Amino acid sequence: MSLEKLNALAERAKTDFKDGILDVAFAYGELTLTVERERIIEIMTKLKDGEHYRFHQLIDLTGVDYPKRDLRFDVVYHLLSLTKNLRIRVKVMTDETVPVASLREVYPNADWYEREAFDMYGILFANHPDLRRLLTDYGFEGHPLRKDFPMTGHVEVRYDEAQKRVVYEPVKLVQEFRKFDFMSPWEGASYVLPGDEKASS
Amino acid sequence: MGVDLSNTGLISTSGQPLSSGQPLAAGMAARSRVEGYNPDIHDKFFEQVSAELSEKGFLVAAADDVITWARTGSLMWMTFGLACCAVEMMQASMPRYDMERFGMAPRASPRQSDLMIVAGTLTNKMAPALRKVYDQMPDPRYVLSMGSCANGGGYYHYSYSVVRGCDRVVPVDVYVPGCPPSAEALLYGLLQLQKKIRRNGTIAR
Repeated sequence: MSLEKLNALAERAKTDFKDGILDVAFAYGELTLTVERERIIEIMTKLKDGEHYRFHQLIDLTGVDYPKRDLRFDVVYHLLSLTKNLRIRVKVMTDETVPVASLREVYPNADWYEREAFDMYGILFANHPDLRRLLTDYGFEGHPLRKDFPMTGHVEVRYDEAQKRVVYEPVKLVQEFRKFDFMSPWEGASYVLPGDEKASS
Repeated sequence: MGVDLSNTGLISTSGQPLSSGQPLAAGMAARSRVEGYNPDIHDKFFEQVSAELSEKGFLVAAADDVITWARTGSLMWMTFGLACCAVEMMQASMPRYDMERFGMAPRASPRQSDLMIVAGTLTNKMAPALRKVYDQMPDPRYVLSMGSCANGGGYYHYSYSVVRGCDRVVPVDVYVPGCPPSAEALLYGLLQLQKKIRRNGTIAR
């Protein structure tokens, strides 16, 4: 994908959507547009049907969590135009409470992607016909891909012989999670190596 | 009745017939040339049993032994493929390793299976289903835990969604380590299970 084509695409998007586009970024030969959340339906419809875009395929829709930001979530859309041989990435920003308009009506496959993003990040999608959890356990609490979600979660399961069923219990780890350091001591570790405390060099 | 193959070039490249003068039966050419293998020497125990059977027409053994022997020879395994281990499990039942020569056949119904091979990562969401399948199996039933994930969570030990070992949900007889274990390793585990059944098997309820 040539950079000129992407440049032309970015220029066209700027003239078409004006202040709907918050940011244009090129990285690794790819184009990323950050757009206004309220106008996402309008912009995506145009990107899909517009004569110069023809982004007919929604390749992926997912979330990103930046816990330090005010609007902590990005919703990321990846689009592919087969007729123009182009790919583009579109981002909108949101937080836990502000819903993003569902793309279900524009790209039908957004349905499950949005359910997944809701499941993993708790991003809300307005006008989604069936915003349920998709992958996690029945009755699961929390959103596992959020940065503030503990890796081991809150519950674990085991079979209870007395109740004759699988029961949920608070997590009890026999062995704490260990952080392994794979830095090679020959390449100069930035700390004192274990056993080297008394060595002088 | 022997087929003379001495002129067809099938017998040996050196042109020497293998057994002096005797024409070989079809198929014997390749077999008899395996080094250290003499088809005339049989297992002593096997010969004894064979002789007894041909002489009297019956054998005498304890009912327990016969039944456990029959059990080891007809392990119908419940296919519980959950992840990549399932591919190795399929491999083990394919012609190269051929589990069926030990009388093990895949049986996709818990009601007619004796052994459940838990092949792969057991997630919290799957745990009740696994237990349900196990509960539906008739006694005597055995469970083989295959791979790191089923043995103790493995790579996903600290995950929020994975059971830290399928022995938290079902009682396990044999653990096969590996990630994934090779088909050979699985086969070895199954032979260990057969050994275990021969050793501890009983018809007591």
